[in-house]
Amino acid sequence: MTQALTIRGLKKTYPNGFEALKGIDLSVEQGDFFGLLGPNGAGKSTTLNIITSLVRKSSGQVKVFEYDIDEDFSNAKKNLGVVPQEFNFNQFDKVFDVVATQAGFYGIPRNIVVERTEKYLKKLGLWDKRDTNSRMLSGGMKRRLMIARALVHEPKILILDEPTAGVDIELRRSMWEFLREINASGTTIILTTHYLEEAESLCRNLAIIDQGRIVQDSSTKDLLRQLNTETFIFDVEGNVPAAFKIAGFDTERLDEHSFEVRVNSGQHINEAFDRLSEQGIKVTSMRNKANRLEELFVSLVAKNNAEETP
Amino acid sequence: MNPQEIWIALSTIVRKEVRRFTRIWVQTLIPPAITMALYFVIFGSLIGSRIGQMGGFDYMSYIVPGLIMMSVITNSYSNVVSSFFSAKFQHQIEELLVSPTPNWVILVGYLIGGMCRGLMVGMVVTALSLFFTKLHIAHLGITLAIILLTSLLFSLGGFINAIFARSFDDISIVPTFVLTPLTYLGGVFYSIQLLPEFWQNVSMANPILYMVNSFRYGILGVSDINVGFAFAMILVFVVALFMFALYLLKHSKGLRT
Repeated sequence: MTQALTIRGLKKTYPNGFEALKGIDLSVEQGDFFGLLGPNGAGKSTTLNIITSLVRKSSGQVKVFEYDIDEDFSNAKKNLGVVPQEFNFNQFDKVFDVVATQAGFYGIPRNIVVERTEKYLKKLGLWDKRDTNSRMLSGGMKRRLMIARALVHEPKILILDEPTAGVDIELRRSMWEFLREINASGTTIILTTHYLEEAESLCRNLAIIDQGRIVQDSSTKDLLRQLNTETFIFDVEGNVPAAFKIAGFDTERLDEHSFEVRVNSGQHINEAFDRLSEQGIKVTSMRNKANRLEELFVSLVAKNNAEETP
Repeated sequence: MNPQEIWIALSTIVRKEVRRFTRIWVQTLIPPAITMALYFVIFGSLIGSRIGQMGGFDYMSYIVPGLIMMSVITNSYSNVVSSFFSAKFQHQIEELLVSPTPNWVILVGYLIGGMCRGLMVGMVVTALSLFFTKLHIAHLGITLAIILLTSLLFSLGGFINAIFARSFDDISIVPTFVLTPLTYLGGVFYSIQLLPEFWQNVSMANPILYMVNSFRYGILGVSDINVGFAFAMILVFVVALFMFALYLLKHSKGLRT
């Protein structure tokens, strides 16, 4: 399988002495939908900014396909499309110009630029706004505009830094669909996100970075298999008794109509249902207390923090 | 990037820059025209008629080349410094930095943008001056060469200022405290022959004096300085500042941390 991105021993120390990356290794295969997760300040944006040349690495190697950024950054950049976290286009430019100008920076001839700008503005639902000043767009539209701009030179890798931050649920879901479509057409996608539901839903492979180190790097499925405990909330018909327990399970009464149950790996949830039936309790609904990935993420970061603290 | 791609990237930057200052033409093209028209009326017509001749020409004809040069200098400089600093401040420069456009193309694109504004304002001021005096160009080649080189040099100055600037205050310090005094003391309104010898020698250290006088030589055929030396000096400055600007683009922590 072709490697779209290869990172080896990447380190970054800022001039103030802060060690943002402490030697990370990552590989992303061509066609992958890859998520880079981590708490604030973990090193996610530093990693992406080194790949895209906005931050200079202290040491290590970064390759975009066969192009080492130290030797042929020009060809490496041609393969990258970047959607940053903050709006960074000229807000006084018209929507069409924002996208078309970016294509010009990649040396794309004007006739192709016009064609592609129309194509991506239509795909992102912005064609009707092509003559609007970009500052007049809503937050969600601005985010879509940045995606159109990143795609106009048709990169093989699309990098998105928190693409759905501050976007409403409906728009977020439609952006997920669009990103899945782009990925299905062969574009490798690398994203950072704080929404773990987003990562679980979209990404085939995930890396978790914390304090400048990769603490987990595997497929989403394998990662979720490591989850030792899942917590479910049950809503029931009638009252939950004050001293309510399910034998064999860690149970906690939340209020008179609900309780939570922690299910350890190896336990089966239908055993809990059996116990509930024996007690004559009828379940009306059941849901995860937190996103599964979130539980794992919190435990991995907590573990790393414990190891880092002397 | 191949040569065709480089050409497209360069013309895109230039188009973007020209679009920027023409979109806000009321702020960029009209104010220098009004200021220079006032100079022509007050210094040229009203006061100039009492001054008499300078350097063998009536005062209005004498100050026109200096005023054209002054508008070219300030507008070339301010276009690049404000455009590049704004792009840096609002992170729009990242659009260019993440693209494969080479640093020298980014630099040349911004310089051409600055020169376009400087020369456009220069043309407007020249056209205005025709309402007040007749212009006979003595040496067309020298006139064009000096105006292009000066515009290029001050566009470079604006670019370097923008890279170092951390706030909007920083982009007004050099124009206010360095450029304006040097321009006014650079022989725009007078011949340095009028000054005592000591101040004549001090004036010779002002690089703008060489540009104003070379341009005046191109138009009127008179100069306080050696025009050949002026060309050599401007060329050395252009090459040195170009290399320095390229170095800053590659290494400046203000652009890439």
